[in-house]
Amino acid sequence: MNVNWINEMRLDFAALPENEAFARLAVSGFLLPLDPTMEALADVKTAVSEAVTNAIVHAYPKGGGQVRVHGRYDGEGLVRIDVTDTGRGIEDVAQARQPFYTTGGEERSGMGFTVMESFMDAVEVKSAVGRGTTVRLTKRLRTRDEALPRRA
Amino acid sequence: MLFYEVKGGALRVRLTGDLDHSAATRLRGELDALIAQTGAKRLLLDVSDVPFMDSSGIGLVIGRYKLMARRGGSVAVVGSNERVDRIFNMAGLYSLVERRA
Repeated sequence: MNVNWINEMRLDFAALPENEAFARLAVSGFLLPLDPTMEALADVKTAVSEAVTNAIVHAYPKGGGQVRVHGRYDGEGLVRIDVTDTGRGIEDVAQARQPFYTTGGEERSGMGFTVMESFMDAVEVKSAVGRGTTVRLTKRLRTRDEALPRRA
Repeated sequence: MLFYEVKGGALRVRLTGDLDHSAATRLRGELDALIAQTGAKRLLLDVSDVPFMDSSGIGLVIGRYKLMARRGGSVAVVGSNERVDRIFNMAGLYSLVERRA
């Protein structure tokens, strides 16, 4: 599918928990020109938070590492956010996406992908062991104008 | 900083700020210390001042549920909004902990 993106951003940051809030707030700010509903914006923020947290918790078991967030949108409110790490990768993506599946010992619920799938229109995962993972989040945002009740 | 009160064996804690993985990691230790200090049998987690939560909130509540169950106690979530409920319901959380308005 060829999409005519009208705006784009890239954000690179250290894979540290204190950057989770920064990442979702930056994406939220990037999407403001689309005039999204609070609900739609919260949906994307939540999904981005899940994807970024996955990268921070799982990608770099020895510490260090970077996370990249690449955001784009088109003139119709279609939003695509790619969250990429260059860490250890996921051996079995289908298993990782199962509800309650987790390898994070530290009280992780294993519900991250379930939440992403629930809040976005599409969630695609590309991963190569030893090379890294990209989670692609796509959603058509309803603008506040569209959310207004229409007059007959 | 955690705001809390103890009343009749129940520890009520008001969580403030975004509840993400970073916050949950910190809160876990603080909550467990408070539970140990107060010897509470019931934990009330007030989330009415939580403007944002992701699935890290599920892990935090289930972790405290397990801890309180081992102590013969229980957990309730207080003041959850629609978004928090939606995420908790994905995990069937309210079959383990009570939801209170």
